[in-house]
Amino acid sequence: MALKTFIEAIRDGLREEMTRDENVIILGEDVGKKGGVFLATDGLWADFGDDRVIDTPLTESQIIGTSIGAAIGGLRPVAEIQFADFIHPAFNQLVSEAARLRYRSNNGYSAPMVVRAPYGGGVHGALYHSQSVEAFYTHVPGLKVVIPSTPYDAKGLLRSCIRDDDPVLFFEHKKMYRSVRGDVPDGEYTVPLGKAQVTHPGSQVTVIAYGLMAHYALEAADRVADDGISVEVVDLRTLRPLDKETLLDSVRKTGKCLIVYEDNRFGGYGAEVAAIVAEEAFDYLDGPVTRIAGPDVPGVPYNHALEDWFMVDPEKIADGIRRLAAY
Amino acid sequence: MAVTPRSSSAAAGSKALGADLGLSTDDLLEMYRLVALARAVDERMWILNRAGRIPFVISGQGHEGAQVGVTWALEKGKDWIAPFYRSIATCLTFGMSPRDIMTAQYATASDPSSGGRQMPGHYGSHEHNLVSVSSPVATQLLHAVGLALAAKIKKTGQVALTIMGEGSSNQGDVHEGLNFAAIHKLPFVFIVENNGYAISVPLARQVAASSVANRAEGYGIPGVTVDGSDVLACYAAARTAVARARAGDGPSLIECKVTRLTGHSSDDQQTKYRSEEELAADRSLDPVPKFRAQLVDAGVLTPEAEDRIDAAIKDAVHDATEYAEAQPDPDTRTAMKWVYAEDWPSEGPPPWGMGEGPAAEGATPADPAGLPESVAD
Repeated sequence: MALKTFIEAIRDGLREEMTRDENVIILGEDVGKKGGVFLATDGLWADFGDDRVIDTPLTESQIIGTSIGAAIGGLRPVAEIQFADFIHPAFNQLVSEAARLRYRSNNGYSAPMVVRAPYGGGVHGALYHSQSVEAFYTHVPGLKVVIPSTPYDAKGLLRSCIRDDDPVLFFEHKKMYRSVRGDVPDGEYTVPLGKAQVTHPGSQVTVIAYGLMAHYALEAADRVADDGISVEVVDLRTLRPLDKETLLDSVRKTGKCLIVYEDNRFGGYGAEVAAIVAEEAFDYLDGPVTRIAGPDVPGVPYNHALEDWFMVDPEKIADGIRRLAAY
Repeated sequence: MAVTPRSSSAAAGSKALGADLGLSTDDLLEMYRLVALARAVDERMWILNRAGRIPFVISGQGHEGAQVGVTWALEKGKDWIAPFYRSIATCLTFGMSPRDIMTAQYATASDPSSGGRQMPGHYGSHEHNLVSVSSPVATQLLHAVGLALAAKIKKTGQVALTIMGEGSSNQGDVHEGLNFAAIHKLPFVFIVENNGYAISVPLARQVAASSVANRAEGYGIPGVTVDGSDVLACYAAARTAVARARAGDGPSLIECKVTRLTGHSSDDQQTKYRSEEELAADRSLDPVPKFRAQLVDAGVLTPEAEDRIDAAIKDAVHDATEYAEAQPDPDTRTAMKWVYAEDWPSEGPPPWGMGEGPAAEGATPADPAGLPESVAD
């Protein structure tokens, strides 16, 4: 067991999977000698060489489209999109091609590949280095979407994603890269896709979150404990396929559900979770299904006061919990 | 600069036709059979469409010569092709059967391309190294480039080739993919079947350059324009490009100038934007009579050989039609299959008020016999 930062756990996961399976390759912008702009792939080019750690031109559609073809050809590509904000030029390749390949060929073809991308705000990244893009992709059957919140989960889930036979988007909150530390076992382990985790048991309000918000939800749970409110936090970890049972079990126990996400509120991933809770736990609810989410502006503004205004934080979540608990 | 290779027919001289390209008489007869078979299957599709048997046709008529010539340069069962929706002759040459093509028109459960899930024309066969076709154009170029990357890294000696029309060649994926393939000297060949129209928009409104092949220069790779109605010229150009790719010298671009003998699809009336004079002139570029005349002149296609080939094609088209007509539709209980590798229960409807089976009108009542539980859900 060793204490690792979030990004160290990701790098270790990549290295160990590349060592285990020679078909695993990495491609993306600046992933080679530089080791990525966040250094997620630092040292891998030196260890695995030009063929397996490939610096690409600034061509996101090519990164994804080439990964699809390479996957058909028997490789296990791990593509890095430098910022999730820049994944949009590859939307067609992800949605029209990677997601549909298995279904449209009636299982004749598949595209086992991982797309890693740093997402999220709170780092002075402004409109184009702060976006949360998960809702675009959780909408699409054929894609899997994973957002880990701890070093342990990041490494274990990344290994599962690389071994999975379908395309997976793996979003990493960039604010967590060096600010979040946690214990990671030395030996090989995996964390299964499609399993949420109760990270804080409680009895009065369920808070459902993922990524950075899973940490903020825990902080909020501590704050409202002083007010005598018992909160259960569910960290989804995999957004699709969604582990409905874990979150519904929690809501059926507490009777109150608050969903937290950093993305714009309208049509965000939490809206789907809210619909599922309303449909499937209605008889157990003792208050409205509520959401704390980012405001509906086109991006996170740069100025620190404006960015703080945009970002969901522990106190905003605590406020939401208090209001829901009092309902 | 684009260079037009000398016409293969002019090179015949005293030598046997195709000998300079290493083609035997049997090769030439088989190439002719494939060109003529693709045309016969295609013509049958239109008859079935106009008779109301199949709702949609997208055609390869006029492209067959280029398709057979180019595909002949690849190693069947080893190399890869990412085709497009006019690639009937390509798919037949690379191993798919007339039944495979016809079941796609009828969207039957046994359609090997998609099990009836895709529109006709979206061919694909893993068995034959033909990548599944989608409708967004030019996306497949990147898949072929990725296959070429895998071949290079895994040192398999394979070549990956992709094909599209000149209209599709304007897409950004083409630029991104050619650039990447050229940087890494990937074993990749890019074929543009230039029929002069992107549905209704003529070449002059699509491409400002003097040719599509000229664009190759910007990527530092060879680009040639060939007469797409000259089967052997297309073969010769592809053979050179494939050899270059296999030797590790990188990609090539071949522009085959073809003609589109039909509308864009069965839903298009091309007389609205093309004159009768132009259409009549284009019929002189039809590769089928041209290749036939070339082989007859060379003494390769004897009357006996032609009778034999014609009869076999007639039988094959009839058999494929009868077969596809009799094939069942896909079972709706299989419609949730293959979203992912594992069974996918979906985040389905809520459990209350839904009874035992699916609630949607017209859905098949649940019958789990022989089906995984999640499919019958």
